Amino acid sequence: MKHGLATAFAIARKDLRTELRTKESINASASFALVILVLFSFAFNLERDEFYAISGGLLWLVYSFAGALIVNRSFARELPNDCLDVLIASPAPGWSIFLGKAMAAFVLLVIVEAISLPIFGLFYNIHWMDSAGPLVLIILLATWGITVVGAAFSAVIVNVRLRELMLPVLLYPVLIPLLIAAMGSTTALLSGESMTGDNSSYFRQLIGFDAMYTALALYMIEFILVL
Amino acid sequence: MFAVAADRVWKYFGDYPALRGASVEVERGSCLALLGRNGAGKTTLLRILANLSRPSKGEIRMSCDKRGIGYLGHGIGVYDDLSAMENLLLFGELMGVADPRKAALEALDRVGLTRVKDGLAREFSRGMRQRLAVARAFLHLPEVLLLDEPFTSLDDRAIAVLQSLLKGALAAGATIVMSTHQIREAMELATHVALLERGKIVFTGPQTPEMVADPGWLYRNYGEGA
Repeated sequence: MKHGLATAFAIARKDLRTELRTKESINASASFALVILVLFSFAFNLERDEFYAISGGLLWLVYSFAGALIVNRSFARELPNDCLDVLIASPAPGWSIFLGKAMAAFVLLVIVEAISLPIFGLFYNIHWMDSAGPLVLIILLATWGITVVGAAFSAVIVNVRLRELMLPVLLYPVLIPLLIAAMGSTTALLSGESMTGDNSSYFRQLIGFDAMYTALALYMIEFILVL
Repeated sequence: MFAVAADRVWKYFGDYPALRGASVEVERGSCLALLGRNGAGKTTLLRILANLSRPSKGEIRMSCDKRGIGYLGHGIGVYDDLSAMENLLLFGELMGVADPRKAALEALDRVGLTRVKDGLAREFSRGMRQRLAVARAFLHLPEVLLLDEPFTSLDDRAIAVLQSLLKGALAAGATIVMSTHQIREAMELATHVALLERGKIVFTGPQTPEMVADPGWLYRNYGEGA
């Protein structure tokens, strides 16, 4: 267990280090998020209240699409030089390889979200700082869900030739419950509602989704990686 | 005492049996050269031994766990965007080496890459990258070495480095299983030979002077149509 966690952190560090050197997925993901936010701001001619009503949906569409660009590279970056074979042949258990990959993707997506959230506030005149605490919590919970499911599907399709096309087809249907909760809770928070009463169910939904898919992915990954 | 044993191993890819009941036992401290034509099943068998693939039927037995296995496959298995030192430190941590930095420095010294330890692997020549791959495979001084076509496309210096490391590992009691087409290089090290034909092991036995003198001898006597 201790060795597994240590190797998970080593793999996450390696992924972050190589990403910071190449910037291949973070540049694409951040640029995509910013361009979409700017384009949507011109596309909709809405009153301020109406912007608040669609704010959650808008934000999580952007984050989930940006997330797909990041998780797509999770296992694919192991393909050059057959590095995935060396990882699997090592004593690192499958779950630790997966956990390391998911943690690195999580950090990268959080960076993209941190860059694009102020832009979102600026272009749509939305005061997200008023509910920054709970909003950050929702973003972290939903981002973990996106990265854990995304990294798992990235492992499933790592040897598929058209994996860039396959990932969204597999990923988004599974993410629907998570995105409903993230969009609903974000809209409620940005509209000034508290996260009590009916809105608290969104938190439970996000936590339940994360717990279920994390456990499932950690259990299944060995069967996915070694066929 | 066997270090590696495959017992009636079958592997199907769809309906196609890449391995058909292959059985082989490799004694501890010996070097088995796994010979066979393209598509005979050498890589499939090695991948199963290295836990990269599951057998459809049959059983694999190893004298050590994954910590004791060193694997060198078709790809070099190093990250282009990490330095030589960073690559070896990462694999040292993955392999559970007690002092990864010391092990990495020793491994770089063994393959003559100490001078460029902080250079990115992508900036290395092909030969240097191959030597880095060899350093990675030997980093944790494995008990069992599984090598898939280890001499293919190596430059002269990398072949010399690899042969010297393999001889050293054999002298230290390690067990080696290598698949190869390069019979002359393999016979310098091999103590035993196995010939695979269409997924079956048709010959296993100690290396003999005839095999060294004539690379085609084994195929003529035990291969298809013999």
